[in-house]
Amino acid sequence: MTLKAQPGGRASSAPLLGNGTEPTIFEMSVAGRSSHQLRTTHVPAMTLEELVPSAHLNPDVVPLAEVSERDLVAHFTRLSHRQFAVDLGAYPLGSCTMKYNPKFCDSVAADPGLNSVHPGAPAALTQGWLRLMVDLEEKLCEVTGMAAATLQPSAGAAGELTGLLLMRAYHEARGDVRRRVIIPDSAHGTNPASVTLGGYEVTTIPSDERGLVDLDALKKVLGPDVAGIMLTNPNTVGLFEEEITEIAAAVHEVGGLLYYDGANLNAILGVVRPGDMGFDIVHMNLHKTFATPHGGGGPGAGPVAVAARLAEYLPGPKATKLADGTFDWVQPANSIGRVHGWHGNAMVLARALAYIDVHGGDGLTRVAQHAVLNANWLRHRLREVLPAAFDRPCMHECVLTASAFKQQHSVKALDLAKRLMEKGFHAPTVYFPLIVDEALMFEPTETESLQTLEAMAQALEEIAVEAAATPELVRNAPTATPVSRVDEARAARQLIPTEDAAQR
Amino acid sequence: MADYLPHTSEEVVDMLDFLGLSTLDDLFAHVPAALRLSQGLDMTPGLSEPDVANIFAEYTSANEATLAKLVCFAGAGAYDHEVPAVVKMLGSRSEFVTAYTPYQPEVAQGILQAIFEYQTMISRLSGLPIANASLYDGATALVEAVNMAAGSTGRSKLVISAGVHPHWRETVRTFAQGTGHELVIAPLVNGITNWSAVDTSGAAAIVATYPNYLGFLEDLSAPKSLATENEALFIVCGDPVAAGILKTAGQWGADIYVGEGQPFGTALSFGGPYLGLFACTEAQIRRLPGRLVGETVDTEGRRAFVTTLRAREQDIRREKATSNVCTNQTLMAVTAAIQLSYLGTHGLRDVATRCAQGARYAYEQIVALDGVSAVSDQPFFREFAVSTAQPADVVLERLVVDGFLGGLSANSLAGATDSSLADPTHTLLITVTEKRTKIEIDTYVAALAKAVK
Repeated sequence: MTLKAQPGGRASSAPLLGNGTEPTIFEMSVAGRSSHQLRTTHVPAMTLEELVPSAHLNPDVVPLAEVSERDLVAHFTRLSHRQFAVDLGAYPLGSCTMKYNPKFCDSVAADPGLNSVHPGAPAALTQGWLRLMVDLEEKLCEVTGMAAATLQPSAGAAGELTGLLLMRAYHEARGDVRRRVIIPDSAHGTNPASVTLGGYEVTTIPSDERGLVDLDALKKVLGPDVAGIMLTNPNTVGLFEEEITEIAAAVHEVGGLLYYDGANLNAILGVVRPGDMGFDIVHMNLHKTFATPHGGGGPGAGPVAVAARLAEYLPGPKATKLADGTFDWVQPANSIGRVHGWHGNAMVLARALAYIDVHGGDGLTRVAQHAVLNANWLRHRLREVLPAAFDRPCMHECVLTASAFKQQHSVKALDLAKRLMEKGFHAPTVYFPLIVDEALMFEPTETESLQTLEAMAQALEEIAVEAAATPELVRNAPTATPVSRVDEARAARQLIPTEDAAQR
Repeated sequence: MADYLPHTSEEVVDMLDFLGLSTLDDLFAHVPAALRLSQGLDMTPGLSEPDVANIFAEYTSANEATLAKLVCFAGAGAYDHEVPAVVKMLGSRSEFVTAYTPYQPEVAQGILQAIFEYQTMISRLSGLPIANASLYDGATALVEAVNMAAGSTGRSKLVISAGVHPHWRETVRTFAQGTGHELVIAPLVNGITNWSAVDTSGAAAIVATYPNYLGFLEDLSAPKSLATENEALFIVCGDPVAAGILKTAGQWGADIYVGEGQPFGTALSFGGPYLGLFACTEAQIRRLPGRLVGETVDTEGRRAFVTTLRAREQDIRREKATSNVCTNQTLMAVTAAIQLSYLGTHGLRDVATRCAQGARYAYEQIVALDGVSAVSDQPFFREFAVSTAQPADVVLERLVVDGFLGGLSANSLAGATDSSLADPTHTLLITVTEKRTKIEIDTYVAALAKAVK
């Protein structure tokens, strides 16, 4: 197969004028300049002293930026030009699922019929929103094979902690004191952090030589004090836990629950469901699986779905359809309580529902199939350059190792990743999972074309040649970006977290 | 049916062939057959975008409480402030919207610098030197704050004012099921906290709020003294718009500030995504939850920004981390930085002043109505609570007919038995932002006069 077409996912043509430093908004400020306007209200203009007792008034004015609207626009537009994004090019950041975010879903969320609704308005006045939430819950339950869900958690980590509190409520209702939660050594860092905050101790089990849960090692640590296990499946190495049925049986045997970290749910949509694998609690990352944009680090949304026997503990109040066909907020019988100030990241929920509706059941299955196809194609295409850490078919992402480059050329995974950015692609995830030496985790996602994948593979082949011939070039990369490698040690040693700390 | 998958059917065949496979199903051969769905998901087939838009039109048309249909006098942590066109447009630039967490600083200077500017603004508005890169919302920011205080003091008792928003208190209570924190709620009397009603000894944190959820401003010197006496951390939940005119949390002596940043450029959005504001003293920095951006230089000596003090975070410290936060609300933080830059030093002050003017103008007419009485004689900022002769829910229903989302019933937020109020079912919370005109307020007062009878 010859691929000649121009790749759509390569961003190397992004126009940048020079490599100057963008001033901060404060450096651009001129005292007395402003851009703001207020509407005419004709409300009587009482003075601050008349309105508020002086004990409460700030004698000083808090200084902010003072810029014209024109300078404001220029500044933030230039900042946007110093930022890589999915809309610019391929973003194969493993585990993060940076697929294309359909614009249609954004347009839905921009509708004032959804985004101008006050969250405290009575249910009778927000029937559309409640119905939307009920419909989304039903679809998320179908995707995961679970019975009920909460939409409140704002992100995956919030979902994890919510799930652990549900686990705790379930055991406590049975008068069952349990103390440990089991986690594989390949797990995301949020898992053990959430376990601690959930009031449990972490028991870590090793992965075996296949990169999967070692069933014997698991059985050795199981006991009546185990509250449950947290698993990602496919796991963080991008491999499907083939013995999941046996794992579930063993954990359930001791009365523990199975928690599904939904970070990789996008790999199995419409193919296999956590509920059918034996999981009891599932969180979903809507910003990954259902393509809601990640906003430079957030917002996300982390709904948690559970098996029927856990539904009574879900956070509340929950949007619920009543017998008369109307919708209202209902508190589950033994709810753990709220995990969000209102109802969750509602606009993210609306985007995810639009994405699900557009795709439908058939489309979601194709999403998973093509994500897995692309990851396997890239893994196989790169086998001569960057071998896979585990020589098995992967799911939606593949973990490759740069260990040979480090040994032969003193070029590290990080160097390869940095050099790739100069060739028009975002870096893959590096040094995760922790169990793989010099790990490079690629998640191409289903929305990148074959031409883009080929161009990315060729870029990595070029880098491999450079690593041998001119290793300094790779070790010093990138130089074509707005800044070159940054001094992270200095940032931590001489902390400057604000303009004021900088004392310019 | 819409589709965002690029491959042609020929390409799929070629790619499978390259892998030695014949069908897409073969990609999942290692997934146990017994687990695989034989018929796919039980869900309607995919639809075109216009078809889905029609479905969404049914949702939107069923929402009565939109700003286009009802004039908004509701608040309680979600406010109808102006969001100018320039903020909406800059905040929706796709480079900001479709970026991931800035793990590779060389190609993420845009987000990193915007967060650095945001951190500077929140630091100034809170009067504290360190502000993080954002948390989920005000309620969950308070959870992180009490966890910081518990970690810092080695104690587990939290003394919290009943004036803290009921949803925030409930959220803290939920997460305390895991951490084992003990909550002691200091009741409200005359609309402000009666700290002497509770035992503050051995507290990890004293949690005050400014203004409180009924809208009233409390003198924070009393809780600050209690915190000092008990060597507890002093946490102030503060309205960030109020910082345009009122004392900052830092001026009141706070160790930690948390707030809800939605008023800075984010639409009401049915409650999310919002913006959790978090700031603290330098003494607490090693326990700071979430991300922090710091300034540094690149190899050429140019100014650069990067996430820093990473060793605090969950991906490195794992079960020893003080917080599990990874994803935050960066896009809302960037939007807040844009909105605050638009408002500028004097604009935020003008907005805050306008809120206070509108609220006072409305208040004086409203408490003079038959069937309405004051809950407290304390000063307020942009919202206030009043007692109504009729149940507040009934009053609100009547106001809808006249075109108003006339506030919120305290009952709907706090439940009927909350320690903050004698009678939540007859308490109405009314908010006036800078958007409300004199005519709107006058018409609202006239409608309220009828509704409370």
